[in-house]
Amino acid sequence: MSIALAPGFTEPVFDAQRVFRALMDATARPATVQPLATDLVPPAPLTPELAAVALALADHEAPLWLDAALAAVPAVAAYLRFHTGARVVETPDEAAFALVAEPDAMPPLGAFAVGTDEYPDRSTTVVMAVRTLAAGRGLACEGPGILDRADIAIAPLPGDFLAQRAANRALFPRGIDCLFVAPGSVAALPRTTQILPEG
Amino acid sequence: MSAAMRDDLPSPGATAGKETDAYNFAYLDEQTKRMIRRAILKAIAIPGYQVPFASREMPMPYGWGTGGVQVTAAVLGPEDVLKVIDQGSDDTTNAVSIRRFFAKTAGVETTTKTRAATVIQTRHRIPEEPLRDGQILVYQVPIPEPLRFLEPRETETRKLHALADYGLMHVKLYEDIARHGHIATTYAYPVEVAGRYVMDPSPTPKFDNPKMDMCAALQLFGAGREKRIYAVPPHTRVRSLDFEDHPFRIQTFKQPCALCGAEGVYLDEVVLDDRGGRMFVCSDTDFCEERRAAGHQGMMVDPGASDPSPEGEGGSRRKARDGWGEARHAARAGKRAAPSDGLRPPPPPYGGGSSDLPSDTAAEKREVVAKDKAGETR
Ligand SMILES: [Zn+2]
Repeated sequence: MSIALAPGFTEPVFDAQRVFRALMDATARPATVQPLATDLVPPAPLTPELAAVALALADHEAPLWLDAALAAVPAVAAYLRFHTGARVVETPDEAAFALVAEPDAMPPLGAFAVGTDEYPDRSTTVVMAVRTLAAGRGLACEGPGILDRADIAIAPLPGDFLAQRAANRALFPRGIDCLFVAPGSVAALPRTTQILPEG
Repeated sequence: MSAAMRDDLPSPGATAGKETDAYNFAYLDEQTKRMIRRAILKAIAIPGYQVPFASREMPMPYGWGTGGVQVTAAVLGPEDVLKVIDQGSDDTTNAVSIRRFFAKTAGVETTTKTRAATVIQTRHRIPEEPLRDGQILVYQVPIPEPLRFLEPRETETRKLHALADYGLMHVKLYEDIARHGHIATTYAYPVEVAGRYVMDPSPTPKFDNPKMDMCAALQLFGAGREKRIYAVPPHTRVRSLDFEDHPFRIQTFKQPCALCGAEGVYLDEVVLDDRGGRMFVCSDTDFCEERRAAGHQGMMVDPGASDPSPEGEGGSRRKARDGWGEARHAARAGKRAAPSDGLRPPPPPYGGGSSDLPSDTAAEKREVVAKDKAGETR
């Protein structure tokens, strides 16, 4: 390797715990924006937040998949392999976590692992880096973890994201869980979250 | 009780936080925590579904809540405030040991105040005070599979959950009604989560089931021996199974708490002497103490006074006023003097049937069923 690897977590134990708690809060309260602080400086286009999720949760038992933008830069996979010990897989449905730098260009949700009816937990969590992640007008959401209704603005998203999510929800209990990260924050749309039609 | 916690655990030092440290924060190594954390996230995403995980050996025997302890260890951070209760009490051997374990291995602040806690690990009760947004309730679970007593084969129960085929459960509950005139199950009463999975709420009294419904806190369940983690997100429907003509009902108590006068809370029976004197007091010791501190007073029952028997199942029976927690613990364990090792099979998720229980448990169950039958008014 001709370039020096960027460092991982400053305090591995506590940083991993903090990141996990942010992800847990986000998953337990879908469509709410939770703070996700990290001082990681990974190789672009891997964002600090995508790197934080990977370093907190991926390892030799939980492989990663990288979207085209991330896969195009070898330093990204090298960084992730070094700091997590995880395999970086070619096929999306082999991944425990899919890291996506360009959500508007990613494969359909159906390309990832949705689990089985008996083991619906054996499914991919898709982590998308987005520019906009804010409470307010955008996607109107209902479901477990949400009191009444939650509104969240997320951009960019795949063009037919609502249709993909509806198809995903029809698979329940199988399905894909989505995490969205932006600078300093994270939100989740687990498979249970229903996105209401425009309104 | 020989089942003591290992007492030679190192204390957190100044260099805490490096993976290379001689000890692990909250006992577990980072690889194990990651595995448990991944399971927790999937459990939250699929409410009520039991996620398998590779349960680790803990420095305490199964039955001391190793599943709950592992979940707590994976969740806990240095800023958390931890409360541990065992059947409502903060001061049983089990609760004290687990609290000390985390104070020692994670250096976290501990509390007995429900309101002050960010993480509450529990065995057999849900606090009376409504939990708030941001709190995490971690249940210790002995048998996570609600269908286990109907279908012992894991491959089969998995299929039934996959198909959402809960006919067996309904048939069994209905047989209960045919036999007893009502559903005799008083704890580990099965619930349906978010309209899909049927889940064992752990051996909490059915009195606590309504607290799980639309609870503001995140509820996490850990079964160590059975290697399962499951969850109920906040603000999620949790419905106790019932029938239109036999709706779910919780236990009610005729009298308020003898110490603090609280009504509509779960009471334990305390035996005051060997002449039949007894009283009923809050099972939730923190709740009771807070009420008394605020000036509330109950009518402390005269030891020789007449029987204040409750309408429903009268909670558990404590032996004496000293060592309440232990006595209560012993009462649940079939009146053994030592605290339960927790390995006794819990009662089946509904009354009746099952003759393969240890005799003390079966006797306790018969007593409970009889009381329940006598007490229910319809
Ligand atoms: Zn009281």
